[in-house]
Amino acid sequence: MTEAIHVDALVKTFGPTRALDGLDLSVRTGEVHGFLGPNGAGKSTTIRILLGLLRADSGSARLLGGDPRRDAAELHRRLAYVPGDVTLWPNLSGIEVIDLLGRLRGGLNAKRRDELLERFDLDPRKKGRAYSKGNRQKVALVAALASDVDLLILDEPTSGLDPLMEEVFRQVIREEQQRDGRTVLLSSHILAEVEALCDRITIIRDGRAVETGTLADMRHLTRTSIEVGLAGPVTGLDTLPGVHDVQTHNGTVRFDVDTSALDAVLRHLTTVGILSLTSQPPTLEELFLRHYDRTQADEKPQTRVTR
Amino acid sequence: MNSLTGTRALARLAFRLDRVRLTVWVLGLAVMPMGTAANYLSLYPTEADLRAVSAVLSNPSLVALSGPLFGLSIGGLTAWKIGVTEFILVGLMSLLTVVRHTRTEEETGRLELIGATVVGRYAPLTAALLVTGLVNLAIAALIALGLLATGLPAAGSLAFGLATGLVGMLFAAIAAASAQLTQSARAASAIAGAVLGGTYLLRAVGDTGPTWLSWLSPTGWALHLRPYAGERWWVAGLFVGVGAVFAVVAYALVARRDVGAGLLRERLGSAESSPALRSPLALAWRLHRGLLLGWTIGLALTGAVMGGAAAGIGDLQSPNQQLTDILTRMGGNNGLTDAFLAAIFGITGMVAAAYTVQAILRLRQEESSGRVEALLATPVGRLRWAASHLTFALLGTALLLAAAGIAGGLGYGMQVHDIGGQIGRLLGAALVQLPATWVLAGFGTALIGLAPRFSALAWAALILSVLLVELGALFGLSQWIVDATPFAHVPKLPGSAFTVTPMLWLTAIALALGAVGLAGLHRRDVPVA
Repeated sequence: MTEAIHVDALVKTFGPTRALDGLDLSVRTGEVHGFLGPNGAGKSTTIRILLGLLRADSGSARLLGGDPRRDAAELHRRLAYVPGDVTLWPNLSGIEVIDLLGRLRGGLNAKRRDELLERFDLDPRKKGRAYSKGNRQKVALVAALASDVDLLILDEPTSGLDPLMEEVFRQVIREEQQRDGRTVLLSSHILAEVEALCDRITIIRDGRAVETGTLADMRHLTRTSIEVGLAGPVTGLDTLPGVHDVQTHNGTVRFDVDTSALDAVLRHLTTVGILSLTSQPPTLEELFLRHYDRTQADEKPQTRVTR
Repeated sequence: MNSLTGTRALARLAFRLDRVRLTVWVLGLAVMPMGTAANYLSLYPTEADLRAVSAVLSNPSLVALSGPLFGLSIGGLTAWKIGVTEFILVGLMSLLTVVRHTRTEEETGRLELIGATVVGRYAPLTAALLVTGLVNLAIAALIALGLLATGLPAAGSLAFGLATGLVGMLFAAIAAASAQLTQSARAASAIAGAVLGGTYLLRAVGDTGPTWLSWLSPTGWALHLRPYAGERWWVAGLFVGVGAVFAVVAYALVARRDVGAGLLRERLGSAESSPALRSPLALAWRLHRGLLLGWTIGLALTGAVMGGAAAGIGDLQSPNQQLTDILTRMGGNNGLTDAFLAAIFGITGMVAAAYTVQAILRLRQEESSGRVEALLATPVGRLRWAASHLTFALLGTALLLAAAGIAGGLGYGMQVHDIGGQIGRLLGAALVQLPATWVLAGFGTALIGLAPRFSALAWAALILSVLLVELGALFGLSQWIVDATPFAHVPKLPGSAFTVTPMLWLTAIALALGAVGLAGLHRRDVPVA
């Protein structure tokens, strides 16, 4: 298996701020990789190092088998990038920006460009200063997606898009997935997007990767919410490993359980007798919130999942 | 809430944002007249000295440059020497300040953030005018007090301060109106700036020929207020009246238009991109062409007017030591007309350097606006990107100097019936300025490469150069201080011998600075906010 991106123990500081603190990231060729983290976690910094714009203080980064800084021109021919904060030249029209970026990259597919303009419902004749945030985003997306490249680096690409356009974006990325060997690094803080699109996910927090794996891998680390009606009183439930927040009300017990401890807990409950059972499946949302709830994490560092 | 609610808060915000910038402007504008007066007091202690010099200053060429000398006194001489410079600078300061706090805020979307809070419809414009008004008041007061302190008459000192402040306020009002016209802050400043340049040229032509023309020009009015020469206070009414008209227009337009919109509709761009738009250089051309065209036209017009005026200097009957002294200080050696032309092109070189600095700083603007990120994610390397903007800073300056030289040659050549010969001579006089402007381009590049957050210091370098060259000799500064500026080494053409050595040195220094800057840019992180 080949890797499109390999980042090892990357450190980047801006004055007193440690933006990246030993980040590891591995993106396999051909996959859509979700790069998930809250604002300020270091997503854009990582991407800028991968583009050779910033210089890492230590650690290594490889991109499409090359050095992001030394081989920048060579590598940039094979990738397209959508910045997190798209700013356009005020006096250039949308089509001019799209064509310019495409040509600089070595040519773009005009048919694909027109099709994307249509699907994203974008008027390409407007000048840069006349576009709204969402439309600026569309200009950058069309410019990137209309290029025939090996790697797409998208930094929060749907920010400012309306739900309809988000759906168009997802369809387009799914089509990209079908094409062989096309790799996508998709940074986002929108879980639904990542859940819907990504083969694998890396969660980053405070400049460090705290989690990497497939969605299924991640679910092992999530909690299931259980509401169960029992035939009699239950004892010792809250002392079982992996059980949290037990509440009892009129013979109904509610609790959260680590998905990995589900089996043992249900065995314990069946000894009492189960009358009814409702379970809520784990979502990435919940995992995400647990990862990023700083106060909780700081108070109870043992709940932090590290692998 | 009424339509002015929030004006005070906005004005306070503007002062907070501009505290350094405006302080520098105020101090600079306040000190120059005082320094000039103090210097003249020591230079021309007696009535006879003054009489000698004034005979010279009524020469048409100098009148075109600085206006007529109205009063035979130290005060009159000071107002003549520094007046036009002061008026142009105060106009520039005012129009930039007003546009910065109106259209720039609107273009960047910051006004939207403000506008959603408790802020009346007219508050932003009123705050901008209020801030600019207070700054002009401070400048006027400091000028008057400074001149008074050097021992000049009270009425004239007050009149000169008043004239300066009024020019400032008038251009604040003009900028307030121009800021309503376009969506782009740059275009708004350019329109108001063109009006300012136009009033200078109108006055130059009017003062040497049809006088009514200079009565169409606010810079002319400021001179005709006649500080230290039987002040005509009623001229102040002209400023107030015309300023009020522009302000009323501005307020009427604010009331009629949407936030973010301009009166001049933004046209749709073309549905096809030009096939030529495929390189960083082509992009740079799109970004620089408006600026370059505006400057070229402006400098060509100035060159033509000043070239035409230069013929007048030959009318002088008995050139004396005083005149030679003055013109020598202004930059020339041999022959009065040549000395005048050399002085003009010396000034032109420094004015053109303002374009150089403006163009070089576009490089930094591309970075700080974030636009460079998408560009550098393509195979375009940062050196190629930088080179595309440097091309316009270096060759663009050459183009507008050439335009000034050719137009000057035409203007002067037509008067002396030697168009072909004069175009060649004055083209040379203009182009020898080029290496000095390149040094500033190199300095700007070095700043961008090594200390990007301080790139604006390139302006400080230009202003310092101008002050040292213009006032250094006048103030009797040591030659080695004056020699620190690139413009001190430019051969004084036409008239003097052309020496190639300083040109080579200046070019070498420019190259070295540029190389250091590009090396820094190559190494450092991009973008630096």
